[in-house]
Amino acid sequence: MKMMKIIVVGHGMVGHKFLEEMHQLQVPGVHVTVLCEEPRPAYDRVHLSEFFAGKRAEDLSLVAPDFFEQSGFELRLNTRVASIERRNKTLTTQDGEILAYDKLVLATGSSPFVPPVRGNDRERCFVYRTIEDLQAMAAAGAISRSGVVVGGGLLGLECAKALRDLGLQTHVVEFAPRLMTVQVDDEGGRILRNKIEALGVHVHTSRNTTEIINGATAHHRMVFADGTHLETDMIVFSAGIRPRDELARQCALAIGPRGGVVIDSVCRSSDHDVFAIGECAAWNEQVFGLVAPGYDMARVAARFIAGQEQVAFAGADMSTKLKLMGVDVASIGDAQGRTPGCRSFRYTDENKQIYKKIVVSEDGQQLLGAVLVGNADEYGTLLQMALNGIALPADPEFLILPSSDGKAKPGLGPDALPDSAQICSCNNVSKGQICAAVADGVTTIADMKACTKAGATCGGCVPLVTQIMKAEMAKRGMAVNNHICEHFAYSRQELYHLVRVGMIRSFDELLAQHGKGLGCDICKPAAANILASCWNDFVLKGELASLQDSNDYFLGNIQKDGTYSVVPRMAGGEVTPDGLIAVGQVAKKYGLYTKLTGGQRVDLFGARVEQLPLIWEELIAAGFESGHAYGKSLRTVKSCVGSTWCRYGVGDSVGLAVELENRYKGLRAPHKIKFGVSGCTRECAEAQGKDVGIIATERGWNLYVCGNGGMKPRHAELIASDLDKDTLIRLIDRFLMFYIRTADRLQRTSTWRDNLEGGLDYLKQVLIEDSLGLADELEAQMQHVVDSYQCEWKTAVTTPEVRQRFRTFVNSEQGDQRIVFMPERGQIRPARAEELATDIADGAPV
Amino acid sequence: MTTETIEWTAVCAIDNILPNTGVCALVNNRHVAVFRVGQNQFHAIDSIDPQSNASVLSRGLLGSLGDRVVVASPLYKNHFDLHTGECLENAAYSVRAHAVRVAGEKVEVALS
Repeated sequence: MKMMKIIVVGHGMVGHKFLEEMHQLQVPGVHVTVLCEEPRPAYDRVHLSEFFAGKRAEDLSLVAPDFFEQSGFELRLNTRVASIERRNKTLTTQDGEILAYDKLVLATGSSPFVPPVRGNDRERCFVYRTIEDLQAMAAAGAISRSGVVVGGGLLGLECAKALRDLGLQTHVVEFAPRLMTVQVDDEGGRILRNKIEALGVHVHTSRNTTEIINGATAHHRMVFADGTHLETDMIVFSAGIRPRDELARQCALAIGPRGGVVIDSVCRSSDHDVFAIGECAAWNEQVFGLVAPGYDMARVAARFIAGQEQVAFAGADMSTKLKLMGVDVASIGDAQGRTPGCRSFRYTDENKQIYKKIVVSEDGQQLLGAVLVGNADEYGTLLQMALNGIALPADPEFLILPSSDGKAKPGLGPDALPDSAQICSCNNVSKGQICAAVADGVTTIADMKACTKAGATCGGCVPLVTQIMKAEMAKRGMAVNNHICEHFAYSRQELYHLVRVGMIRSFDELLAQHGKGLGCDICKPAAANILASCWNDFVLKGELASLQDSNDYFLGNIQKDGTYSVVPRMAGGEVTPDGLIAVGQVAKKYGLYTKLTGGQRVDLFGARVEQLPLIWEELIAAGFESGHAYGKSLRTVKSCVGSTWCRYGVGDSVGLAVELENRYKGLRAPHKIKFGVSGCTRECAEAQGKDVGIIATERGWNLYVCGNGGMKPRHAELIASDLDKDTLIRLIDRFLMFYIRTADRLQRTSTWRDNLEGGLDYLKQVLIEDSLGLADELEAQMQHVVDSYQCEWKTAVTTPEVRQRFRTFVNSEQGDQRIVFMPERGQIRPARAEELATDIADGAPV
Repeated sequence: MTTETIEWTAVCAIDNILPNTGVCALVNNRHVAVFRVGQNQFHAIDSIDPQSNASVLSRGLLGSLGDRVVVASPLYKNHFDLHTGECLENAAYSVRAHAVRVAGEKVEVALS
């Protein structure tokens, strides 16, 4: 069979989507080559500004590490195409190499439009498109005090955020009389401007720049047509995009009236062997500057090339919802109210700076468009109403008015949506697909993302996806039973509230009031854990002891032979030579196997129960405390050596790690918690793989949460930057207590986060903006735990009725003779079954 | 016809077992897990967990599953019926149950 050679020009978001689709289709006999002019493979341009908020180029990559090995596709970086010879079906690279194709896919994207004013090519003038652009901006930012963004549209405001993150006095200069001309109306633009100015960004509208010259007080002076001027150290142009159609022009393909390669409904250009997708293409004389339509084109083109006939690109809805510097802005359909005869309803709250408008059809039946500024909670409902032509209620104004009596708005039940309704526009997932996934057994939002990709890109549709999933589950009688076990008809979260609100201090009380039966190995440790999180009593006190599983009961980690391991705390991984010697002496005296852990401390294995108090007495005498390696609690705060010793360090990571570990030690949580603190962005402490990760910056600390190593690695996400230490600790207090309050049993922060409705934005609102009004309570609850800390081992060895439980036999002083060790590499290990000559039936050594 | 005399061994005082926990006793060299359910119900089964061959069942958590009173092995979480020693998850891992009684302040065990 003859190979079909496909060449893709451009490895951006859309180009890569095409490759993913081709790979998924598994078409035999296809060879795909992708030519990329940039020095790195496709990355997420939508989240480009996060580069300044601490993300690195690798974090933005869209390419799975083994994608090219898996697919067999060929990626050529730093390869620019000079010309296309359609007659020969070849193209020539700028190095003069000639490549033949059967099908050519142009995914060249767009370039930023730079207004043709004199001086626009001065140094410290930039555009905002690639990681290289950002690196150049960052370098200039370091020697600048102020920066101007030319363009007050969607991208311009994103860019203003980037300048602000660089610590510059930031200005936005817009030619039109308002911000975001395309998406919002005058009133929306006014509220948006107020909000953005309140954040310290200066906005200048109706300004036409005529030239850029040397400044008197800063590097540049921008001169405007009205005779005014503005001085600034750097300038970024973000005044719209232009399709990169120069190759298409060179080879004489049809070009749209406003630029762009003209394509048909299967993304073919005027030459049927040449396709164009994304921002370089013009469909119906329209160029789409959003990623979702580009992805859609990539899907259509890939399927058509693979031989599927029934595919078509049918335009795109340009509705958008975004958060600009923390300000919600959304625009749906006919936001400007241009449809003849349409009517609008408007609501403005000058106090909270919120503006909402809906545009309805002349007969009042259909929603045509909407603008939301300051709060966009209704976006999902309104969008679905507009897209699916759902009949409006009699008083549509209530859709956007705040409800004064706490009653639910006349929302839109998932039932009102047709199966064909597109719920996730990034990944083109319909309501029908979500319902089908439920039929296949998906019951959590994390599984839904993995299975359908709904909500997996921008996350904006997650609340709606969750609603649909739950409604479908209810319809199928799959009301998820999140009861913790047969003894309590409650979830862990509900039990936590019952304990807190009812001031319940014991399992007997909890069982008598809210449960049945005797309890079990599920609910008892969970209850013990909740009681500890709330009241922080000694875990082996009275009745509490009978709730603890073996690890918490013996304050050690049980091993396969019934022995326990011993882990003294070494906060931040810091240990004195004397401390290390003391640990070594104890290990030697009791013949324990010794190993370093991943959390920067020492684990001693092979201790029998009756040895534990003796071992700990000696460790405590040497100044050690329990390391809580056995508990669902804070384990370690891993750190790198930081600015104290390291020539690259910018923060005292060890000092902070020690302080944090001492603050949160002993805290019981739904699962174990690990921290990491790195002294600079080299990230030697691997903080981004931890539940709580902290990385030092020049201006303070960046806080990351919900990372994980282990079975399902997950990078932690940045929630706040450049924090001072007090703010950092306050946020961690809130984060941990919020997690303790709301997570399921044995749910790590990463899984909790994946299942959190509202995702990262919601978490930020709760923790940083205190949207639930819980912050003071969470901090106070944490302070109680911190203030009531005790070393459990110290209490255990000094409390006789607790200490006497540490014995192998209740009626004999001897140890367990069945525990046998063998030598290996100079230490002990448990004997294997075949090495033991023991009568298993009665347990007596022979 | 012979009358078998049951041999009772006192293993500890009642107060040596915290309510709703277990202890391990050595009875004729056999590892026996003795449990106190609530204030005054006692049960005994072998302490050696057949799956791990480690003497750990006395350290399991007590509870109920339906009508059965059980202990969960701390190693692999199998459940054992305290009346019969049956392993609920896998009958092949079942253990022997033994008789227990309270005589005065003492808990006594008779091997089955």
